[in-house]
Amino acid sequence: MSYAPSAAAVKKIDGIIAPYPEKSAALLPVLRVVQDELGCVPPEAETWVAAKLGIQPIRIREVLSFYTMFRRRPAGKTIIQVCRNLSCTLAGAEDIIGFLKERLHVGPDGTTPDGRITLVTVECLGHCDHSPCLQIDGIDHGPVTRDGVAALLEELRAHE
Amino acid sequence: MSEDAVRLIPADEGSWRLEAYLRRGGYEAARKAVMSMAPADVITEVRKAGLRGRGGAGFPAGLKWSFVPQGGAGPKYLCVNADEGEPGTFKDRAILVRNPHQLIEGMTIAAFGVGIRKAFIYVRGEYGRIAGRLREAIAEAEDEGFLGGGIFGSGFDLEVIVHLGAGAYICGEETALLESIEGRRGQPRLKPPFPAVVGLFRAPTAINNVETLANVPLIIGRGADWFLGRGLPKDGGTRLFGVSGAVRRPGLYELPMGTQLRTIIEIHAGGPPEGVAIKAVIPGGLSAPALRPDELDVTMDFDALARAGSMLGSAGIIVIGDKIPILDVLKVMARFYAHESCGQCTPCRIGTSWIHKTVMRIGEGQGRASDLDHILRLADGMKGRTLCPMGDAAALPVQALVTKFRDELEKAVAR
Repeated sequence: MSYAPSAAAVKKIDGIIAPYPEKSAALLPVLRVVQDELGCVPPEAETWVAAKLGIQPIRIREVLSFYTMFRRRPAGKTIIQVCRNLSCTLAGAEDIIGFLKERLHVGPDGTTPDGRITLVTVECLGHCDHSPCLQIDGIDHGPVTRDGVAALLEELRAHE
Repeated sequence: MSEDAVRLIPADEGSWRLEAYLRRGGYEAARKAVMSMAPADVITEVRKAGLRGRGGAGFPAGLKWSFVPQGGAGPKYLCVNADEGEPGTFKDRAILVRNPHQLIEGMTIAAFGVGIRKAFIYVRGEYGRIAGRLREAIAEAEDEGFLGGGIFGSGFDLEVIVHLGAGAYICGEETALLESIEGRRGQPRLKPPFPAVVGLFRAPTAINNVETLANVPLIIGRGADWFLGRGLPKDGGTRLFGVSGAVRRPGLYELPMGTQLRTIIEIHAGGPPEGVAIKAVIPGGLSAPALRPDELDVTMDFDALARAGSMLGSAGIIVIGDKIPILDVLKVMARFYAHESCGQCTPCRIGTSWIHKTVMRIGEGQGRASDLDHILRLADGMKGRTLCPMGDAAALPVQALVTKFRDELEKAVAR
């Protein structure tokens, strides 16, 4: 199976690569574009990126497996990242995580059976004055309560 | 002069916009440096101002710049460390969100002083949306001739590239950050050679934290003496103190370097909520060894906290209330470092993971009488035995908790 990104993504990728003194340095931002388009970075995309940047495919796998924000397998349409580092734990993060697990019927790093939502626990999101905090598709929320989280889930459902 | 003009986090509406920054006197310092100063004088002024690195290590910024070789035909780079990952820290986020132009101006001045024409801003992946605003600010600055080719009509150019990380605490370590910009795993490099001599793409490189660079326009605009007057004689300026945890008003407080820790917690952040007493305070991000309630009469500056057996670090203050078991704190800490160890050095890779397993065992009621000493020994085995400071950063706060709250932890083990 071969992969080629959309023409728009290729254009974006070429724009990203241009200012780097060495093409291979654009690997992280390029993988982000691929992941934004596909929802993850599957093996066939690794091959394409390696050829594009002129590096060995193993370099792609090394990077994908090192950084927590890259996914090699598909995730839900929406990704909820809940912080569980110290400030958030002190403010009740574990209760929020428990509530989300219960509501979504998934464990951490699990996706709802309908493929809508993936729940991920993460270390510090750098929003500690708003703890407990979480990110939904990159947008910060906090401090959140059980009711607040329930409202956010409702909103997600309404937007479908 | 309005106080807003000298604050890292201004209070005015729309403070991040270029016109708001220009109203606060923005880009005047960069104009002064580029149009009327010799590069070496820029470095001298910053050295005189006692500006110490705000990322955590507190290394004098001007001195760091002076290590980058002058002249030479090859490229040199500036890397801005916006990989704010130290738990309890949210200050660089605030600068990026509310005052991005002051960072850009600081970068322009630093690049002019060191003779750099290309800069990278390494923004942690979780700040992806914030990076969008930063990119807008860069485009605005380029349109106005404050960045890009021929800055202020001079012959000085600076190109700025925003590079997003992808979720790895270790990339805040400066050589791991370089590896990450080069498109590899964030595994720290052996030093020496130091990045000032062999850095990004093997070229001489200056690396500075966001808050450090955002202070530079103030120093060049108002002078080293003014800056020293805002802080301590050898440790100039203000500091962005982030307070989270058991306080009434969590938030970011910009105060003179050397403000009392107790004052920040009790007065500015409002102290602990009704019915809660302070059990411990982590003064400078998770890696800073915790202080007991009787150790809070310490000034918040690099030297005083080092004397108190802790560190100012990122100035992220986490207040732990008396309702929280210390074992819970230890669990978070142990998990975090085990998760974030890059795996390159055995003492850190194995040590963090064994500490985590031992702490979890205690948490599950399976603790052994020797476990606390075991944890201390493991931490000892990591200290000073790794390529980068993360071995120490993981060992010291664990040792502090186990040593200072031993009685409480002994009970948890015996349970």
